[in-house]
Amino acid sequence: MTDPAITPELVRKHNLTPEEYQKLQAILGREPSYTELGIFSVMWSEHCSYKNSRPLLKTFPTKSPKILVGAGEENAGILDIGDGIAIAFKIESHNHPSAVEPFQGAATGVGGIVRDIFTMGARPICSVNSLRFGPITAAATATPEEAQAVANNRRLFAGVVAGIAHYGNCFGIPTVAGEVYFDPSYEGNPLVNAFCLGVLRHEQIARGRASGIGNPVFYVGPATGRDGLAGAAFASQDLTEESAERQRGAVQVGDPFMEKLVCEACLELLATGAVEGIQDMGAAGLTCSTCETAARAGTGIEIELAKVPQRAPHMTPYEIMLSESQERMLIIVRKGREDEVKRIFDKWDLPWAEIGQVTDTGRMVVRNQGQIVADIPAKKLADEAPIYQREFREPEYLQAVRAFTLAGLPDTQDAARDFKALLACPTIASKNWVYRQYDHMVRNGTVVCPGSDAAVLRIKEDSLPVLAEGLAASPAGKGGDKFIALAVDCNAAYVYLDPCEGGKIAVAEAARNLACSGAVPLGTTDNLNFGNPHNPEIFWQLREAVRGLAEGCRAFNAPITGGNVSLYNQSPAGPIDPTPTVAMVGLIEDPKHITTQWFKDAGDAILLLGEAIDPKDPLLGLGGSAHLRLAHGLKAGAPPRCDLEAEKDLHLALRALIHSGAVKSAHDCSEGGLAVALAECCFSQRVARDTPRLIGAQVDLAAALSAGSQPRLDALLFGEAQTRILISVSALNAVKVLAQAKILGVPAARIGVVGGKTLEIKTPAGGLHCDVAELHDLWWNVIARAMK
Amino acid sequence: MLGVVLGHSARFVWHKQSSLGAADAVIVPGGFSYGDYLRTGAIARFSPVMQAVRDFAANGGLVLGICNGFQILCEAGLLPGALIRNRSLQFRCEHVFLKTMTADSPFTNRIPPDKLMRIPIAHGEGCYFADEETLAGLEANRQVLWRYVSAQGEALPGANPNGSLANIAGVCNAARNVAGLMPHPERASESLLGSADGRLVFESMIHTWQQKTAAQAA
Repeated sequence: MTDPAITPELVRKHNLTPEEYQKLQAILGREPSYTELGIFSVMWSEHCSYKNSRPLLKTFPTKSPKILVGAGEENAGILDIGDGIAIAFKIESHNHPSAVEPFQGAATGVGGIVRDIFTMGARPICSVNSLRFGPITAAATATPEEAQAVANNRRLFAGVVAGIAHYGNCFGIPTVAGEVYFDPSYEGNPLVNAFCLGVLRHEQIARGRASGIGNPVFYVGPATGRDGLAGAAFASQDLTEESAERQRGAVQVGDPFMEKLVCEACLELLATGAVEGIQDMGAAGLTCSTCETAARAGTGIEIELAKVPQRAPHMTPYEIMLSESQERMLIIVRKGREDEVKRIFDKWDLPWAEIGQVTDTGRMVVRNQGQIVADIPAKKLADEAPIYQREFREPEYLQAVRAFTLAGLPDTQDAARDFKALLACPTIASKNWVYRQYDHMVRNGTVVCPGSDAAVLRIKEDSLPVLAEGLAASPAGKGGDKFIALAVDCNAAYVYLDPCEGGKIAVAEAARNLACSGAVPLGTTDNLNFGNPHNPEIFWQLREAVRGLAEGCRAFNAPITGGNVSLYNQSPAGPIDPTPTVAMVGLIEDPKHITTQWFKDAGDAILLLGEAIDPKDPLLGLGGSAHLRLAHGLKAGAPPRCDLEAEKDLHLALRALIHSGAVKSAHDCSEGGLAVALAECCFSQRVARDTPRLIGAQVDLAAALSAGSQPRLDALLFGEAQTRILISVSALNAVKVLAQAKILGVPAARIGVVGGKTLEIKTPAGGLHCDVAELHDLWWNVIARAMK
Repeated sequence: MLGVVLGHSARFVWHKQSSLGAADAVIVPGGFSYGDYLRTGAIARFSPVMQAVRDFAANGGLVLGICNGFQILCEAGLLPGALIRNRSLQFRCEHVFLKTMTADSPFTNRIPPDKLMRIPIAHGEGCYFADEETLAGLEANRQVLWRYVSAQGEALPGANPNGSLANIAGVCNAARNVAGLMPHPERASESLLGSADGRLVFESMIHTWQQKTAAQAA
């Protein structure tokens, strides 16, 4: 088969601009071959090169004494957690593949991020995800077209969840936490962000470097097929119905059991010390793994495609280089130790092939049957992608957002009805329909399962990667079990209404969730999901959100250790709400400090830490709130403010109270405000199947309000002011805890008592009184009912 | 878990080995052997090591299959019945209550008769199925070891997570030395992880073995 001629049309089809093509020619000093054009096109896609976002990413805080491998250095960042143990984690998007083929798109998203983690030498021990879809419930008045759209959203939601479950469960990794939002802006462009965390000893960190001239390059894992051709380039375009249809072939097919075998074999091989460098073949497959490993090491790499195991006959060099077939790894082996690779991969019944060697030329040379099909300077290809300072402009809609006031907006007429509507809104409702499909306990490390503010995992000696036979365990791991907490957050409505403030809130909420579980934040990984960056208004959103995230991460001393940028998230209906997903990991010093969100015993006192109403917010926490959307059909107003200093003080105070042993439960207030948070404290504990533990509460907010103040009832119940945490303590401790909170500089009020079968909330402006069992039924079952 | 929590030594046996070595009991654990492709346990039963497990069981050795291990033992013909797709057609991971139907087995003899064990399940194909005759035989010989029950101990439909016939969660063979169950007792063996009820299953096996060795010594 002869390669097509390089025409401007072909260049355009490869998503390269005429300027980019000129740069490519300058690097090569000649016209590219067809294979080379394909290689540049994937390496210079946003997904691989961050060409539109790199200048912004540089503004993130990325340093801390705990960082062993920093952002952008390798496939994932690594943080020290003490006693010679470290954690590697990262989040990555698989949005476009999931839009086209939800099951495999989401499954391979999990597979890809799990590979990024064991590539670092770490044993993957848990996964987390953040998902967004269009609405899954239709209004009674929906037109047939609207009903059809809702049905399609459900199909995507069901497919994505099943795909994640399939891959994670079969691989044997617990999926321990996540978030799911439903909003019209994601219709046609769902978001699937997958996170994985692994553990390892400091000395087990592996690098993606092709070092050592003359070292052999091995390909391990299943054969290369035509699936996933140029997926990275596909991810870096707007999504249209036509592109989705055309690109179905760009979605890869996952084999989680194969991944399990590859993971075990790689960890076993790494333990032998025979490995010089290792990298997974993820986005841009063989292309990215070869040129990046060479670029990092400052070497060259030469491979022979005829030696690459191939699944389909007559594959062209172009196809082999751009295939994104799953579960494949590139390993640079120390010369003379090839037999160890063969022995271990044969033991696990895995294909392997020696496909090339490391050279001193600095070039990535690809041969097919001896004939050179690509010859490119590796470093220039990997590191010198064009960088764009995109234009930015404040979006026009923000004028209206800022002008919004509560004048003319009636207060709630039926608080109980509005309350139930919030609990029954799928974004707020229990996500048990989702996480019951995920094995969230496999590997025997999940201490707090999904359903509380943050998941808590135990890391014990046998969580760590294997040591070589006969090698004594280092002192690492002898410090006893370790406990980490994980949370993933982003309220994209806030980000839409104020990208910077919304960015800060995403970080603050993740940190608050960690604090509620008893953890101190260690580090953050972010997934920036935005629309087309060529639109100056979208790029402004991105800039502002990054500014907010950076400020937040600085405040909580939780630097960014890596992440992912997914742009071009828009369907013909428009861009998604800007969604900078934040996944944060924290450490819990002592298992006694692990705290859950549900009330424990009747008679316990309920305390509110933080203000019932933010006096500096003219919208009283209703801007961008779920209540405003549900009761008034408005996504409007400036979102709640986030005072990072106050937030930090609150988390410090909460941890101090937890350490004192007095806190029996802690839960943060977020979507749906105080009322929803109280309800969740009443009914979120699960004893077993069909057996929730329900407990009531009698609350009076008068104690939390300054004398004479009479705010609106909707603001008191459903306002989403930040920097608030509900805790419960035994009645005997209440006075002491209030005094401690005061000393720690945090507003605190005793607002109620746990007990009974009803949730009653009184305020000077009225209140509500509901049966807990009825509330629980709405909250627990609404998604399952919608998905029937 | 057996090693760290219960203080007994346990080791993995590679699936390609044809011998178990010296062992007092065999546990076929959960997992996704061969990815559960084709059908759960359908490929694993052909593993070289399974012949050794068959021989071990034929000689009266204690064999416990958990989750995928239960599926493999059914596929291998060491236990009656089969495990088919959950009635919901979805994977299920949650805690369930188990009622122990008889103390007359090496796997249940240390479980107090009125004890409801709180143990997690995590499976997509755990719906226990057997023909009527087999089922009647299981009931008559008291081979049903565990049932899914409500918090009040009743085998109600709502307590059944997967559609298993007669809420069956675990069974043993006629000789009572081979048993399998879909729930994961090893995931409920430390109170830190939410429940230690599952230890009773392993403590029963250890107790049985101790009785046997004491009898042999005497």
